[in-house]
Amino acid sequence: MYQTPSTSQLVTAVKSFIDDIAAPELKGHAAFHARVASNVLATVLRELEIGQTADSEERKRLSELLNTNVDTDAETLNRALSQAIRSGEITLATVGLLDHLKSTTIDQLSIDQPRYSGLGPHRT
Amino acid sequence: MGNISDLQKALNAWAASFYEQNAEISDLKRLSGGASQETWAFDVINTGHGRQELILRRAPGGVARARSSEAILLADEAKLLQLAADANVTAPVVVAVFAPGSDVGEAFIMHRIAGETLARRILRDDKYTAARTQLPAQCGRELARIHSISPSNAPFLPVSGGADQIKKYETIFREFDFPRPVFELALKWLKDNLPPPTDPVLVHGDFRIGNLIVGETGLTSVLDWELAHIGDPREDIAWICVNSWRFGQRDNRVGGFGHLPELLDAYAEENGHRYEEAEIDWWETLGSLKWGIMCMIMFEAYRSGADPSVERAAIGRRVSETEIDLLNLLEKAI
Repeated sequence: MYQTPSTSQLVTAVKSFIDDIAAPELKGHAAFHARVASNVLATVLRELEIGQTADSEERKRLSELLNTNVDTDAETLNRALSQAIRSGEITLATVGLLDHLKSTTIDQLSIDQPRYSGLGPHRT
Repeated sequence: MGNISDLQKALNAWAASFYEQNAEISDLKRLSGGASQETWAFDVINTGHGRQELILRRAPGGVARARSSEAILLADEAKLLQLAADANVTAPVVVAVFAPGSDVGEAFIMHRIAGETLARRILRDDKYTAARTQLPAQCGRELARIHSISPSNAPFLPVSGGADQIKKYETIFREFDFPRPVFELALKWLKDNLPPPTDPVLVHGDFRIGNLIVGETGLTSVLDWELAHIGDPREDIAWICVNSWRFGQRDNRVGGFGHLPELLDAYAEENGHRYEEAEIDWWETLGSLKWGIMCMIMFEAYRSGADPSVERAAIGRRVSETEIDLLNLLEKAI
């Protein structure tokens, strides 16, 4: 597969088109949706940049918490963790749980909404 | 009654009978509208006592139906506004109520209150500096007055306490069948730490910036009563504290503009009962979880194909905001 232009170059080009050319021509609801669309592309760009690393680190932590294979996908592992929390097998007091959930959520927000105020106490 | 000229005609007929014969409406424009309700602004001229600035709330296309699973009917919302006014709550005065099948449609008309509802302006503009200092105590007083309305005067409202809401939102969450361990942990903690219920009161259900009109001296109106129910007073106090409703001003627990003790003191002065800050934590946690699941519901409208807008797609990536809020609250609780 061709890597030039890369996915992130293509997405950046579309984002620039929305921001610099399309959005200034729009009004009302359409202008609002153009801003949302541009923000979505910014999310996609951040995910392209850090998504893979975040996913493998999440799976590594999950497999340690659950004593399972690191090659399992994140959704399957999260299902298992959810079940363990629901049954009381893993609790708020379980060593590593809160740290894992914080790391995962911080990574997720670094992609989704990096300026969200709730990240405040976790910024270094 | 589907289009704007039919609505204009129906409102003109109403104005001529309600005010003077030559009264007529002007500047009719739609402010918002969706699947659940429409809001229109308009003025009435030649009333015999000056120009009247009004708001029409009506069922979509004027056709009566339940607006969503939990929203109350428009006629009941109008009754609630009247009850609120009787309890000295700062709420718009209802001018007229229209039954389903009338020319206006299922609707009511209320006074239009001047002021700001946008969080960005209320929390940042210099114009609202004085308002921001007044708001915590004003919110406390308004909530105390709302909670003083006797539930027996509003038998049309659903009853929903903390345990009911956990059950309801857990069911919705489980139906999505999408694993979110943070929500799972929050559900578990909420169930394990359920506070004893208080005497049930009339709860506004959506008391936060966006649904409050703010002028330069502070609160001028409490809007959007459609999620009102009979429940726990701490739910309303906590909802405006949910970090999503602080709009980036995280250090100001109340709505991004103030501190909770100030609200609680004003509430106690009006109502006699002083809650402790810690009593609000459980309800704030429930509030964050509810907002997270509401974001999942809004994303579901995109996923299912019901609403193809980019805005509905994007809201699916705001669920993680409530996850960090929940983790911050859970960490504080242990």
